[in-house]
Amino acid sequence: MLMSVLWLAMVAVSILYGAAAGTLPAVSAAVTEGAGTAVTLVLGLSGTMALWCGLLEVLRLSGVLEGLQRLLRPLLRKVYPNTFANNPDAASALSANFCANLLGLGSAATPAGLKAAKEIAAGSDGRAGDELCRLVVMNTASVQLLPVTAAAVRGSLGCDNPFDILPCVWLASLISVSVGLAAARMMQGISDKA
Amino acid sequence: MMALFIPLLLAFTGAWGIYKQVDLFHALTTGAREGLKTAADILPSLVVLLTAVTMLRASGALEAMAGVCAPVFSLLGIPAETAPLVFLRPFTGSGALAVGSELMERFGPDSYPGRCAAVMLGSTETTFYVTTIYFSACGIKKSRYAIPAALCADLAGFAASALAVRLFFPVG
Repeated sequence: MLMSVLWLAMVAVSILYGAAAGTLPAVSAAVTEGAGTAVTLVLGLSGTMALWCGLLEVLRLSGVLEGLQRLLRPLLRKVYPNTFANNPDAASALSANFCANLLGLGSAATPAGLKAAKEIAAGSDGRAGDELCRLVVMNTASVQLLPVTAAAVRGSLGCDNPFDILPCVWLASLISVSVGLAAARMMQGISDKA
Repeated sequence: MMALFIPLLLAFTGAWGIYKQVDLFHALTTGAREGLKTAADILPSLVVLLTAVTMLRASGALEAMAGVCAPVFSLLGIPAETAPLVFLRPFTGSGALAVGSELMERFGPDSYPGRCAAVMLGSTETTFYVTTIYFSACGIKKSRYAIPAALCADLAGFAASALAVRLFFPVG
């Protein structure tokens, strides 16, 4: 429903604004142009996408995910002390979720994350606990080592070095997730007092 | 440096896979098949959404929006051109991809706004979608501060994306 309303709103605003600004001929031409661009774009990026998904499959099968989980366990234990102390199943699902997100394995990350969330939420009478909130914040902040789609779009547009945005993405992700967790911590303090 | 990073990543992953006795070629092609499926899956929504975004651009409404947002965005150091991406990102992944791709195409993938769009796409998530699936999957009615905290992370992500682009790709 959201998408339907959003789409219709975009089309309606284009027509109304176009009528007011006298750009209606361009709006009309944009219809075929936009649809065509989408196809060239996806054709251009599908090669890069396919190659990287192949590479990720090799990483997955060669145990890199498990290695990463062992490596990051101490760090995650600090963020989720209760879960790691009391619920080993949830803790391992949680690290699987985080590490799969890190590698860009979306199809593995979501089931693991939902399993962890259900375990953490068990018996919580519909109110999200602090560690569940943190799990959700971490999942909305997208910490990803290889932003394949964004790089593939760049490649599709004829960019020489589509992956040169990697350091920027790492820095931005790190800041974003840190701010998210810090904000969660502050708001937790406020909601504890209330 | 980055020019060497990607080829080496390919080579090391391949070597590591063989060392771990993975059927390398089979794994590569299996993953590639999944990747092609993903690309095919995003195409229909991209056709529909990119049409609307291109219409908005042609009408002049996107420039007007950037103009309106410019004063607030410049305080955060975010290029005003990326305003439509910033507003759509928390709600729709495919919408954000359409708007982000259009920005990269319009301004060039290596331009300041184009690069910012790519970094923003890579470092943020569809916040409202993610919170909805998580909280509905485990029967949570009171999400407390999760959504405000996640939106703080998004805002920081947008500002940090622009900051990182300015840092790593200073306009000479």
